[in-house]
Amino acid sequence: MSADRREWPLYEVFVRGKRGLNHVHVGSLHAADDAMAVRHARDVYTRRNEGVSIWVVRADAITASSPDEKDPMFAPSGDKVYRHPTFYDIPDNVPHM
Amino acid sequence: MTTTPVEPEALEAAFEATIARHDRIEPRDWMPDAYRRTLVRQMAQHAHSEIIGMQPEGAWIGRAPSLRRKAILLAKVQDEAGHGLYLYSACETLGVSRAELTELLLTGRQKYSSIFNYPTLSYADVGTIGWLVDGAAICNQVPLCRTSYGPYGRAMIRICKEESFHQRQGYELLMTMMRGTDAQREMVQESVNRFWWPSLMMFGPPDADSPNSARSMAWGVKRNSNDELRQKFVDMTVPQAEALGVTLPDPELRWNEERGHHDFGEPDWEELAAVIRGDGPCNAQRMAHRRAAHEDGAWVREAASAFAERAGAR
Repeated sequence: MSADRREWPLYEVFVRGKRGLNHVHVGSLHAADDAMAVRHARDVYTRRNEGVSIWVVRADAITASSPDEKDPMFAPSGDKVYRHPTFYDIPDNVPHM
Repeated sequence: MTTTPVEPEALEAAFEATIARHDRIEPRDWMPDAYRRTLVRQMAQHAHSEIIGMQPEGAWIGRAPSLRRKAILLAKVQDEAGHGLYLYSACETLGVSRAELTELLLTGRQKYSSIFNYPTLSYADVGTIGWLVDGAAICNQVPLCRTSYGPYGRAMIRICKEESFHQRQGYELLMTMMRGTDAQREMVQESVNRFWWPSLMMFGPPDADSPNSARSMAWGVKRNSNDELRQKFVDMTVPQAEALGVTLPDPELRWNEERGHHDFGEPDWEELAAVIRGDGPCNAQRMAHRRAAHEDGAWVREAASAFAERAGAR
């Protein structure tokens, strides 16, 4: 059995379901190059009109937050409850608020 | 940036807490090695099943009786390839490479579902596989949409949506044949007779002989036991068989008022063990076909790599 010398790079696939929506991550695939990644993404992830637009990006080009730093990374927003509309008490008889 | 070292006990506790609140584990979370190994084994086996699963029905594409049936069958077999790819990519998030997974299948070190080691002898088998085999797969897979590992659950949601087409096209095919000639009705019955017991075996050995089940359930990898799902499948299928006008080949099959379920006979577990061991009717054929397809496709992969390299160098 001939083992392939090297594996095709991994791409992450994002699909816009319809106009007006964001592209959403749907999965990943291997492809030799960008053009093949788009073509494979169409066959693998949009066989039933699941999208109107596809983005592919090489997985090694993504920088992500580290799960180990979850607390310090997101703590600053945790204690800022005043950023949410429900923080403010408005009497019930005030309309359109 | 400084990171504080985290105690292993704390990591384990955080993992257990996530599982306990039925939250999902994501790829970059810490997880116990055994959890990772269990998932790799289960997801890889599942992916391999989809890939090998293209063969029994693929054999009928060239002999489908009409263009409509051929288009449907092509779409279905293409879906199986797609399902394999969703699952391989989900499995790779656990740190195993596609090349490794392919190698493990081709060398027989990882298994695929025993059902695909049975032959498709008549065209009615295309319908029966859709109805019974995909029906059993749906029973197994719907609870996996809520499995504890995020990428696996998300892949299963996509797969389950598509399996519904598979089951319905199969049942519709059989209904069409049952409205046909006596010979066609006999073909359907004969096909159901062959696939009924292997379909029941798809849920795996009885709970008492399924050593890994309890741990998989505690981790939320599995949501229901083998026997529970088998019972559910039988209860679902009996009225479908009646509507179709076929009998299921089990003299012990009858409604049990007390239990609120159907009683049914014991599948031949020796047969299941033999098929898993490699002694099923088509094991050697399926593997030989898969290996040949992989080797025959090597030049395409090499050409695509060479093209990408040259385009990148320009």
